[in-house]
This record gives sequence, C-alpha cells and structure tokens, in this order.
Amino acid sequence: MASEAVYSHRDPMLKKRDDFEDILEERRNSSDLRYALKCYTPVLYKGLTPCKVSELKQMVLQSDQLGYVITQVSKEKGMTTDEVTGDAAAILEEMAQRLQLSTVRFFAFTLSKVFKTLFRSICVNEEGLQRLQQAIHNHPVVLLPSHRSYMDFLLMSYILYTYDLALPVIAAGMDFMGMKVVGEMLRMSGAFFIRRSFGGDKLYWAVFSEYVKIMLKNGYAPVEFFLEGTRSRTAKSLTPKLGLLNIVMDPFLKGEVFDISLVPVSISYERTLEEALYARELLGVPKPKESTSGLFKARKILSEDYGSIHVYFGQPVSVRSLAESRVNRSQFNLIPRHIPTRPSEEILSFVNDSAYRLVRAQEENMVLKPWVLLAFVLLQKQAAEDKQGTALDEFTEQAVWLRDLSRHYGAFLHWPDHIPPSEVVSSSLSLHRGLVRISEGRLLNQAVVILSCVSYRNQALNVFIRPALLASAIHTAASNRKQEIYNGFSFLRNMFSNEFILCPGATVQDFEEACYLLVKTGALQINQQEVLITERGHRTLAFLTSVLDPFLQGYQVVCRFLCEEDCLTEKQFIPAVRKFIIKHLLTGRLRYIEVLSSDLQKNALAALIRLGAVQKIKGYVGFTHLRVPLETTKLFSFTLFISSKNILPLLSVI
Amino acid sequence: MCHTFPALTSDRSSRICSLLYKHGSSMASNSSGSDSSDRQRIAQQRLSVIAGHLQRPVEGNSGILAAECKAQGDKLDVSSERRTVPRRRQEIMKWNGWGYSDSKFLYNKKGQAEFTGKRYRLSGMIIPGLREWMESTFGANLQHKTPAAPILNSSAVQPPTLNEAFLKELKSTGIPFSHDAEDRVFRSHGHCLHEIFALREGKIGRVPDLVVWPNCHNDVVKIVELACKHNVCLMPYGGGTSVSSALECPPEETRSIVSLDTSQMNRILWIDEKNLTAHVEAGIVGQDLERLLNESGYCTGHEPDSMEFSSLGGWVATRASGMKKNIYGNIEDLVVHIKMVTPQGVIEKSCQGPRMSTGPDVHHFIMGSEGTLGVVTEVTMKIRPMPEYQKYGSVVFPNFEMGVACLREVARQRCAPASIRLMDNEQFKFGHALKPQVSSIFTSFLDGLKKFYITKFKGFDPNRLCVATLLFEGDREKVLQHEKQVYDIAAKFGGLAAGEDNGQRGYMLTFVIAYLRVVLGFKYTLVLDICRNVKARIVRECKDKGVQFPPLSTCRVTQTYDAGACVYFYFAFNYRGLSDPVHVYEQVEHAAREEILANGGSLSHHHGVGKLRKEWMRETISSVGMGMLRSVKDYVDPNNIFGNRNLL
Repeated sequence: MASEAVYSHRDPMLKKRDDFEDILEERRNSSDLRYALKCYTPVLYKGLTPCKVSELKQMVLQSDQLGYVITQVSKEKGMTTDEVTGDAAAILEEMAQRLQLSTVRFFAFTLSKVFKTLFRSICVNEEGLQRLQQAIHNHPVVLLPSHRSYMDFLLMSYILYTYDLALPVIAAGMDFMGMKVVGEMLRMSGAFFIRRSFGGDKLYWAVFSEYVKIMLKNGYAPVEFFLEGTRSRTAKSLTPKLGLLNIVMDPFLKGEVFDISLVPVSISYERTLEEALYARELLGVPKPKESTSGLFKARKILSEDYGSIHVYFGQPVSVRSLAESRVNRSQFNLIPRHIPTRPSEEILSFVNDSAYRLVRAQEENMVLKPWVLLAFVLLQKQAAEDKQGTALDEFTEQAVWLRDLSRHYGAFLHWPDHIPPSEVVSSSLSLHRGLVRISEGRLLNQAVVILSCVSYRNQALNVFIRPALLASAIHTAASNRKQEIYNGFSFLRNMFSNEFILCPGATVQDFEEACYLLVKTGALQINQQEVLITERGHRTLAFLTSVLDPFLQGYQVVCRFLCEEDCLTEKQFIPAVRKFIIKHLLTGRLRYIEVLSSDLQKNALAALIRLGAVQKIKGYVGFTHLRVPLETTKLFSFTLFISSKNILPLLSVI
Repeated sequence: MCHTFPALTSDRSSRICSLLYKHGSSMASNSSGSDSSDRQRIAQQRLSVIAGHLQRPVEGNSGILAAECKAQGDKLDVSSERRTVPRRRQEIMKWNGWGYSDSKFLYNKKGQAEFTGKRYRLSGMIIPGLREWMESTFGANLQHKTPAAPILNSSAVQPPTLNEAFLKELKSTGIPFSHDAEDRVFRSHGHCLHEIFALREGKIGRVPDLVVWPNCHNDVVKIVELACKHNVCLMPYGGGTSVSSALECPPEETRSIVSLDTSQMNRILWIDEKNLTAHVEAGIVGQDLERLLNESGYCTGHEPDSMEFSSLGGWVATRASGMKKNIYGNIEDLVVHIKMVTPQGVIEKSCQGPRMSTGPDVHHFIMGSEGTLGVVTEVTMKIRPMPEYQKYGSVVFPNFEMGVACLREVARQRCAPASIRLMDNEQFKFGHALKPQVSSIFTSFLDGLKKFYITKFKGFDPNRLCVATLLFEGDREKVLQHEKQVYDIAAKFGGLAAGEDNGQRGYMLTFVIAYLRVVLGFKYTLVLDICRNVKARIVRECKDKGVQFPPLSTCRVTQTYDAGACVYFYFAFNYRGLSDPVHVYEQVEHAAREEILANGGSLSHHHGVGKLRKEWMRETISSVGMGMLRSVKDYVDPNNIFGNRNLL
C-alpha cells in the first residue's frame, strides 16, 4: 500500500532536501517599487478555462450541486427557490475572494518593507518552487502550509508573487472580517472567508464546497488552506481538520479531474511574532480580538529582530496515487454526482490517513534552528535543577550531543557547522534574550517565559516522539519482553494521539520505526523476544524519557484532578485544573511549569474522553458536564500503572 | 477491443504498435493491372456493400469469390450461392492480421503511404498526409520496421490431441472436418493485439485439435451429442473477429478441443414479408446477410464495424451493437427467435410473437453467453424495407464539450439520425491525414477555402475543434426534414455543417483504421470527465512504461441513448526501444479499463467479456449476479463441454 512508503525504514539521515535561497537579499539590493510593479505572468493550469471573479460566482449559483440543495432547502423551509437562491448569493457574497493584482502589488511593496525590518532572511527552496510550477501546469493544485503565525498566508502569497507563480485563493477564518479595511484588502489579495462553524447549515456547506471545487476544477487558482485549521499555539502540529481536505479531494474521487496535486509547505520561524502572545493565551489570558487598531498597536514589534524564516515547498503529492488501491472510485457511480452524499467510512478513513501523511510531510521539512535544541536542554535543566542556571560549557556540550542525535533521527537541522558550537549557542541565545539571559556564564530562567521556550522545543518534538514513546515504554515495562514493551508503547501512543501527530491505525509502523532508529544509533539491541539497552544507550534513553515526561506528568495531574472532582462543566474545567496545578507546583510536587498550558490540559481531557475514562453528559441546556464514571476506573488505574514505574514520583503521593 | 497494427510497408511492418490496420470489405479479386477507372468502380462497390452507404451495389460481379456452395440444396434457400467465407479462410484472408490478404497500407517507392487492393474506396490511393501525421504524432519513422514472420510454419504447431472414438463416430456422420495445422491455427485466435503479435512472431500456443464444419442445425445437434458422449471440448467459431480473447484455447484444457466453425451454415432459410422477419442460419456473415436481403429489397440494418467478417451467431453470443441502432436497434431488439443447441438439448421458444410475459426472457441467457452454453444455429430477425434515401452529413464544433452537449440534446429530443458520432480533435486530425491525394486543383482550393472559413472566419481553434459525422436514412422528404432539425440543434451548440463528404469519409475510416478499441457505455454527465481522464491515464501509463514518444490517445462518442452514450477509446504508441511492447500495451489497456470503471463506465458496450475482461465481472454484476450466471451454466452444461471459459 502506498502509505507504507512513508513509514519505510530508509535511513532518515539520507533524506534528500533542497538548498535554500534568501529572497530578501535581492530586496535589500534593488528597488521595492520596481519589484511591486514588475511584469507578472505566471504559468497557469493547462486545462484552465479563464473566467472572471463574477463569472465564478455565477458558475457556483448555477451549478447542479447547489441547485439540488436549493430545491431541498426551499421545500424544507417552505421558501421559494428564488428566496433560497438569494440567501445562497448572500452567503457567496460574504465568502468570495476578489483577487486583484493591484492589491497584490501594494502588499508586495509594503511587505517588502516590513519583512526587511523584521527578518534577517526569508529562505525558500527554489527547486520546490520549480516543482510547484510544474504541478500548477499539469493539475489543479492545493497548497497546504503549516500554520504557526498570521504571517503565514501573506508570506505564501508574497513568495509566489516573487517567483512569478499563480497566486492562490486562501481559505481564511471569518475572524479576519472583523478587521474592516484589512479584511477587504485580504479579500482582494485572494482570501475567501468561511465561518468557523456552520454545523447543520446545508445551504452554507453547499455554497462553500461548490465554490472551492469550482475554483479548483477550473484551475482558476491554486487553493490554499491550513490543514491544522488554526494557528498552533504550541508549535506542535495540530490534529488535521478534514472538512476542506474532503472537499478538495472530491473532484478527483468523482472523476471530475484527472488528478490533484497536494503540496505540503513547511514554514518555520526562528522567532514567531506571536511568541509571547501564545504563551499568555495558553496560560489563560484571552486572545485579543483581531482588529485593525490592534494591528497598529502591534507595530512596536517592528523594532525587534525575528531572525530568519525558512519556507520549504515539499514534493507535490498526487491524490491519484494516494487513492490508488485504497479507494474504490466506482462507489460514486450509482448516485448522480450532483447529489451531495455523506462520505463513506472508507473515504473518511482515506482522507484522514492522507491528512496525517501530509501533516507529517510538513513536519519533516520543518527547518529546526539550534535554538530549538537549546530549548530542550534548558527546559530539562530547569525542571531537574530547580530553577538553577546552567554552566555555558556544559550547556554547549549537551547541545552538541543532542544535535548529533537529532540528525540521526532525520531532523532537518540548520546548524551552521563551520562556526564553533559555542558561538552558535551564544548567538542563538542572544536572539532570544527576551527568554534567557547570560550572566557571567550562567543562565537564569524566568518561569513565565518557559512556555515560550516550550513552543520552540515543540518544533522538534516530531523528530523524537516515536523513540520517546518507545523509551518510556521500555522504562515502565516490568521485563525486557518485546511484546510487553509493544503493549506499553501502544497504550502510550493511543493516550497521546491527541497531543502529537500519530496516525490512527499505524501503531505497528510507528513501533518499528522507533525500534529502527534506536537500534541504528546503538541505543538498543532487539532480538526475537527481547529488547536490551546497550551501555551507551542509557544517555539517549534517559533523554528520550525526559522528552515525554512533562506530558506524562501533565496527563497524570489532570487525571488526579478529575478523580477528586465528581462533576463539572466543560467551561469550568480549564480554570479549575489550572488552580489545581498551580497548587501542586507551589508545593513542589510538580516540577513542570509547562503543564500549565491549556493546550495540554484540553488534549488530556479529550484523550480521557476518547478512551472512555471520562464521560460527557448533557446536563441542562448549554452546559456539558464531565463525569468520571466508576466503571472506567479500570482503564484509569491502568493509566496509573503505566506511569507508576518511577517516572512519576508524584504517584507515590497518590 | 480491436487492435491493430501497422502494416505500413509492403512485406515488412513498421514499428508502430496498434496502428493502421485494415478492414477489408467483401470479395476477393486479386488480379492486378486492370485499368484504373475499373479499379475505382470496384472500389466504390466495396464500400457500398460494406455498409450500404451508397445506393445498392451496381449489379453483379461484386462477388466473384470462390466460395464453396452447398452440396445439399434440399432446404428452402432463398439466398443465392455466392459466399464470402470459404472453409479454407486462409485462401483470401491474412493469417496474421485483420482482413483480406490483398488490402494493406504500405509506403510506395516515393515514400508516400498507399492503401493497396481494390476492395475499398481508399484502395489504390495515395495518402500524402499520412506519413507526416505518423511521424509527428508518434515519431514513427520509415527506418524502423519490424519484419513479421512471413508464412505459417506448420512445425511450430503442436500435433493435435485427438479423441479417436469421437473422430470415428464423427466420420460416420459425414460432417466435414480437418486437423490441418493451418486450419487449426486460424481458429485459435481473435484480433486482440497480443494474439496477432504472437502470430506475427511465429509464436503459437494451444490451438484447437480439430475443426468441424456443420452444414445445418441437425449437424450441430449431432456434433454436440458426440462431444457430450466422448467428453470433448467444443468451441464455437463464427467470424473470428473477437477482441476479448474469447477464442483463445484455455491452456489448461487437457481434453481434445474441437472448433465448431459455423461459417458454412450461412443460408437465409425464409423471409416473411408480411411480418417482416427473416429466418437465417447463424453462421452467415454480416455482409452476406445484408447483400442477400438487399436482393429481396430488405435489410436488417444491423451494421457493426466488423460486419464484413463477423457472423450472426457471434452477434447474438456477444450482444453486438450496430452503427445504425438508432433506427434498427441493437441485436437484442432485432432478434425475434433463437435456436441454440446445448448439451441439455435444443432451446427455443414456441412462437415468434413480438413480446412475451413469461418470466425472465430466456433469450437473455443466450445473448451474451459467449459460447459457454451452446451453439446458436438459427435466428429469426426483424427485417426492414431498404431505405429509399441515405444522406451523410457532418458538423464541426468549436470543442468536444459543445459536441457532447449537442449529442445530449439530440438524444433528449429523440431525433438521433441513423448514426451520429463525435470524434475528438486527435481523431479529426487522423481523419485528415487519411485524406487521399486530391486530383484537381479546384478541390484542393476548395478545401483551403473551407479551412480558412472555419479557422479564421469562425475562429475555431484547429487544435480543439471536433467533428460529428451523421448518417440519415429513410424516405427522402423525411430525411431532409430530419436533417434540418439536427442541424438546427447543432447550431445552438456552435456547430457548423461541414458537408456530406466529411461525413462519408468519417464512416469509411471505421472500416479502414486500426486501433485499439475500448467500448463502453456511460451516462451523459460522465462523458466529458471520462474522456479526459481515460485519455490522460493512457498518456501517463505509456510514459511510466517507458514509451519514448507521446502516444495517440483519442476517443469518440459512437452511440447515443436516452440515458447515456457509448464511447470508443483508441490508443496507439510507437514501441521503438521497448523490450516487450505487448506487455506494455496490455498494462496500459488494463489501466485504461480500470480508469473507465472507476469513472462510471461499463465493462463492455458490445464486444463482450471473453477472457480478457473476466477479472472485472464480479465487481460489475455483483457476487449474486455471478452466482445466477454460474447456476445457469451448471445446469445447461454440467460437464463444461462448451469449455472456452469465457465470461465466468
């Protein structure tokens, strides 16, 4: 099966990646105005039927698909079809983009100025852009960038404009509409706006999906959206949302186009603009509403140095090859194709697997800066040494050790090898001086800043996650038996599948991948029955267990909290659990400040609900109650058991 | 599907896989050097016989063929004694390619393409545009040719496995038979590319051990009885035009295989002019049936592209479809009564009524049974008075999408002419390449003017436009009225009438071109998507499999129905540099078929399943459907006497 190729045990170190070019360099040496007014003639889809924005809307309103739903809705609601069509037109009006080259040129000019002040460089893999150009010519293209910052989609369009590639239309959340002027400007640079939730609204769904499909099928423009649905506040990839992916795959599955290319794009920031904002948000300070005035207030960030950005355009993934021997396309033959149908289980699981595959492709091409590795070391030190500083030499040594390990695991690390490691370390630290300080060779950390550090560390978590799960499983297992370790691995993996990108159903592949990596680096020896830790493997395993430790402890503490509570509403959960955690932190029973992250708390709750340890019950209107059912204590105690082997001293307290 | 192959050289073939291959039309007359006007006259007749495209054949000697006449004339036989197919088919037909030995494409001394023989309108003509088209489309080149094994090497054929007891009793019946190597090889294949390719390379696998030529229904009854008694495997053989590997002998068959050649059962037994039916023996080939009926002023109107060679029994056994089905219907609409000999005895209905409500129609077990249940011996068919007037026509559309929309509208209004076909752009260009050298400056000037009008004045893009060809039949007034109606509809979809000549050439092409043909039925809503996807898939697969030049990948809509259409796909590629072109071809064809099924097409519109498409049967008709067919087979033929292993 095609999906196995992704998990094959090719040596991750041999992974071939393209070189980067800095696009800001040219901007610094030539006129921005001339650049903004340059001749722009992108390569277009070979099957393109050229049409104007207004014609697009007409095509949507006249499509059989929408026509069918309009008739349905008019019958259900007792309205005339004209009224419903009017509603549909209004929805479309609210949603539609109005891509305009003049606005794009305006953005090209201003963004050049802004980018040059904010960033040292914006590095792009040009080979990827060449592949993209080819893909755009051959098939309809969907761009799938990772989402870490509001900057993402501006940056994407900016790069595509720079390289004379077709500008995408971008699915954006309705919240931008709040920013009046800016919202309209975004619209004119290709954004179209969708409501965050439109659960039962058939008409909305029909208009929206038809609009996206028509733009895609006709090759009007590449369609861009974020698989993760929203910005990841923790820099970990989020569990992919399937709605839009489902829509864009549909034309292929129904034979309306020969193929569709999905292009994962990895955008990594050396320093995220929203760094502190995210940390505060995770700690419970609400996110400020998007507004134009807010944007102006935020201009003080212009005075800071945000290092460099790396944008990697991945290998286009053909939907046709993904679907090959996975999906039986003839299942669509028995119902006229304009009648909307709920996707079958088979399709849903196919789309889900594809989504995980694409997110993993994003993760793999995410460039990691030395600072990311330093964040690992810092956080582990911080937790272990009780807020003591760290000697710079020792710090550097650990960073170099970690550098080598992560390279073995296939991390896309941008570590300048020609510079002595100590200089790499100190220059990274100086860029992030807001978070760490060097005082006489020692580091002092601030507690609140930890979550920001965590967001950097998280960027590399995907590199270590599978080995870390294995290491923890080995650590907690009572024996060396492979089967027992596998069971532990499987449990942990299942437990954390809301937290990390772990494709459902791929446990065996993940286990084998983890084994492969640990054996390759000489940390383990594995035979038929047993798993043995080698002499030199102890350091690696200790590091890996500590990677997962904060999460284990976090989930643990959430479990404990829920055990003490009988019943509470979902709204009360976050504040209450936060209070509970603070109490434990203050008494020193909990060492990881990062457990305060609401992201972790929500994920833990979701996992417990998924596993049936906690139940959601509808109490009275508007509130959902959480309850720990007695009968699930068995599962719960298993959780405790898994964690009970000395990783968590906390447990002895319980 | 039917494939072909290039015979673009005199005694060598060029290296283009599945290209230009010819269909021959009626009789042989191999003399060379007659004067050219005479040649042209005969050539004209050929075409008229093929499809009744022109008026009735100018009397007489159109069929000078040395066909064997019946010895027994004791039956009522309204037909004349001139026959197309002799027992020794090899006397007039190619043993390793399609059609007559004397008709083929070759490059003459000046390097121009020429079509030889006298049988077709194109015969003896120089086709100046073909070479350039071949070179630009495939990179096919005169320098690259692969010679075919020139004659059959009898020693390559395995000696027959004979069932002596069966043979002895067969002799006593007096039914002619043969175990001559040539006779056996001739009946071991249809016209799939791999079959023809193997023959050209002199590779011969399992072939029938014996050929028998029954003369009438009773002969067949005797043969089937003997076969059951001695456990011999029977494989019915009609015209040998199968493109589904249906005639391939199962290599695992250990019993003696007897090919039952129906070609000598070729009489029209009676014509009932009151009820407009004719009772015909099933071995008759299409061109004979049509010619003989024409002599009495009638026709069946059933004109599959293979009608020169394919037989009535074969049509019934595969559920054939004819070009003019819009007026006359497909085989299932034409058949009134069938007599079939099975191991359980003879099956036939007790009356010839036009319709019965007597449970599921048993005819539908027979039609499409592909020789797995028995031998169809006699059929009563509907006949019609010959049409008073025929008119060709053609319409140029700015693009394929408009063409399909127009066909949909024509079918919606139920005003389809006898035939309406839509060629895509690639095929339109091929048709142009096949245009013979024009004789007068005036014609070429006129052509230039037309081209100028369409491309410059009307703004059609020559790389996008496509052509629909039309054939109207009926009485003169109605035809003209009908024609106007269709052209009016076409005009709404941007179509421009493009003259009779184009239309006629389009139909002639059918008989003269060679390609792979994949034929399927689709819903209208799917036609455009399917055409694009299948063509793209063929191009991609060819590229993946190492084909150096872009392949020809083209399609045409050949039939319209109320609820769908039938599309032919053709592909051809230059196989220079490929070590196993047949395998590549099969992989590409397989992929194309999967693409078709995935896009909502049917497994076969009229060529049948055979052995080539068996693997998709279950998913096509469901397990229960398979069980139904299986149980019929198990009852009718429990010992698998009809062991060609088609269909199931």
